[in-house]
Amino acid sequence: MLFSLNGVHVPHRKNTAEMSALKMDSPKTVTIPMSMHIGKPSVPCVKAGDKVFVGTKIGTQDGFVSSNVHSSVSGTVTKITDILVVGGHNVPAVVIESDGENTPDPEIKAPQINNREDFVNALKESGIVGLGGAGFPTYVKYSTDKPIEYLIINGAECEPYITSDSITMVEKSENIALAIKALMKFFDIKNVIIGIEKNKPKAISVMKKLAQDIDGVTVKVLKSMYPQGGEKVLVYHTTGRTIMEGKLPIDVGCVVSNSTTIAEIGAFLKTGIPLTHKCVTVDGSAIASPKNVIVPIGTALSEVFEFAGGFKEEPHKVLYGGPMMGISVPSLDLPVIKNTNAILAFNKKDSLYPKSTACISCGSCANHCPFGINPPLAAKALRNKDMEALEKTGITLCMECGCCSYVCPAKLPIVQNNKLAKLELLEFQKTNKEGNK
Amino acid sequence: MENLLHVSPSPHIHAKRNTQGIMLDVIIALIPALIAGIILFGLPALTVVAVCIVFSIGSEYIFNLLLKREQTIFDLSAVVTGLLLGLNLPANIPLWQAAIGSVFAIIVVKCLFGGIGKNLFNPAIAARVFMLVAFGNMAKAAYPTIVDASSGATPLVLISENKAVDLLDLFLGKRGGAIGETCVLALLIGFVYLLIRKVITWQIPVSFIGSVFLLSLAIEGFDFNAALSWTMSGGLFIGAIFMATDYTTSPSSRFGKLLYGLIAGVITVLIRFFGSYPEGVSFAILLANILDPYIDLWTTRKLFGGNKR
Repeated sequence: MLFSLNGVHVPHRKNTAEMSALKMDSPKTVTIPMSMHIGKPSVPCVKAGDKVFVGTKIGTQDGFVSSNVHSSVSGTVTKITDILVVGGHNVPAVVIESDGENTPDPEIKAPQINNREDFVNALKESGIVGLGGAGFPTYVKYSTDKPIEYLIINGAECEPYITSDSITMVEKSENIALAIKALMKFFDIKNVIIGIEKNKPKAISVMKKLAQDIDGVTVKVLKSMYPQGGEKVLVYHTTGRTIMEGKLPIDVGCVVSNSTTIAEIGAFLKTGIPLTHKCVTVDGSAIASPKNVIVPIGTALSEVFEFAGGFKEEPHKVLYGGPMMGISVPSLDLPVIKNTNAILAFNKKDSLYPKSTACISCGSCANHCPFGINPPLAAKALRNKDMEALEKTGITLCMECGCCSYVCPAKLPIVQNNKLAKLELLEFQKTNKEGNK
Repeated sequence: MENLLHVSPSPHIHAKRNTQGIMLDVIIALIPALIAGIILFGLPALTVVAVCIVFSIGSEYIFNLLLKREQTIFDLSAVVTGLLLGLNLPANIPLWQAAIGSVFAIIVVKCLFGGIGKNLFNPAIAARVFMLVAFGNMAKAAYPTIVDASSGATPLVLISENKAVDLLDLFLGKRGGAIGETCVLALLIGFVYLLIRKVITWQIPVSFIGSVFLLSLAIEGFDFNAALSWTMSGGLFIGAIFMATDYTTSPSSRFGKLLYGLIAGVITVLIRFFGSYPEGVSFAILLANILDPYIDLWTTRKLFGGNKR
């Protein structure tokens, strides 16, 4: 590794770093969407009136890139209805009325694993998806025939506010150790690197202790720099390997999993309880007292906020995830889903997008881009509908980390423009291909 | 539709710095030079700078008003242009000339090209060159009031005639020239401030001043005194630190900045030693401004993990 990739220094605001996670009681009803992952939504396998337990499968995966969905409470299915999720899609969701007992499904037992294939099947059953935010079904990552040289555990947690990953590393280190040992055994992985930003001393010390007990595990302390936890950035900063455009980490012998994902794998191996609860950081300028809360998946945001102590100011913007890449939600009725690692509520002052002024060609956006993209060039090509020039700018590499928009002194919505450019380019390439046929 | 929250694309937090803040930093960085100019040239210096600032803001305000554009004077860029132009003029310039120069800088060089960020040339530099060509008395620089101004020649003229120049006097600015260009010390203070505030990076000023110094050294037969005199005279420091680093008209990549400074330095030396004007910094920056888009194209950063395209 000759140089480190560029990025920005964002404020940390890790107000909840020292707070252990509180467990929230099950709410009266949960609404569990069938699409809490990248890929095809799963198909509901229960109907209204069915009795379910904690961990009962309520959605079956549909296709290769998809994931099983399980109930997070015990009770009765009241209805299956379409709900509007962020991104503007309607997806089916299972609404369950809780009986307040939280009875685990009696059929749940720890999985029997003898080989790689068993492991992948167990992951498939567990409904575990990438919990860092992307929600990519975990079993898909591991169902590969290619050798895995490095397992990279992403504990960077470079977004402001969020501490749920580091809390999980501190409090669920046994599960992490269990999962690491099993993964190393069945996938024949020799090296495990746990990458953590250096502003999390507690998580680092716990993970270092864990690393002493298992051969081949190392902790890599990373600079506190956003976007340290981006997949390509993390692979490069831990192994020095470059994932080329259109390739996956496995193409350079790496698999990257979030630390919370690994902890969930450990929990599943130990007990067989699938992914039903999620540790969520509740914070933001409108929150009275920031907390980490373990939430049953499907709980409405409003109930989580209420449990955490409510608002001190009226919330104007509420996010799934951190402020750099998080998605703002239209309503507090939306549920916590699998890949929710934080819910942040902001007051009016922090909710408004600052006023955009003219670009002064300062070059900050290009100089802070981890991948060396020049957004003004892309914007110009897009304006001129010059798709060849747009293709040359490498805009397809953009991971929408938001460094460019963050540093822009003119407060231009650069990421938004990049997203548009990527879409238009994709569209152009698609029609061009069809035209050539 | 009650209870609807505000939605917007990510990111949801932004760095504090905005255009206005950057311009304010540049203004603060120029204050030492302004104070030095007032000490050296007396109150007329302040009058010239004030006229330039007032006419810069005024012309941008009226332009926006007439064309029904959004008012942009609050981004402070007009203040920076006026301040820079004022500091680049001799203290004894007729005020009407200073006013015309300011209007030219703002209207012709900046606003007609589309306003801030769209100008091809640095407005202050282009206006200075315009005035150099238009008004004959520009070349006859004023002399500091605290220096005996028996001879009308500026240090650049003196050096070209092989007359000795005191280096300390040059460093402190006790020489003829424009209001803000003479005191190297004050300009360096501004440079350090801009670096600390990360408004500019070191590449352009260092490669610009460095290349002028090294080339002068070579041409003067490795006479360090002469080379230092060349470097500290004329408008090299104010040009390299404040005018060549203008975002809009300079490259954005590190290597591009080094190249840009080098080109400006070479042109400066060529004009100083082989041209008919004693001073070449303004022309050098203007010519480098023209090359800026091309330098930007040649020095784009390599994409991380990008395929051949």
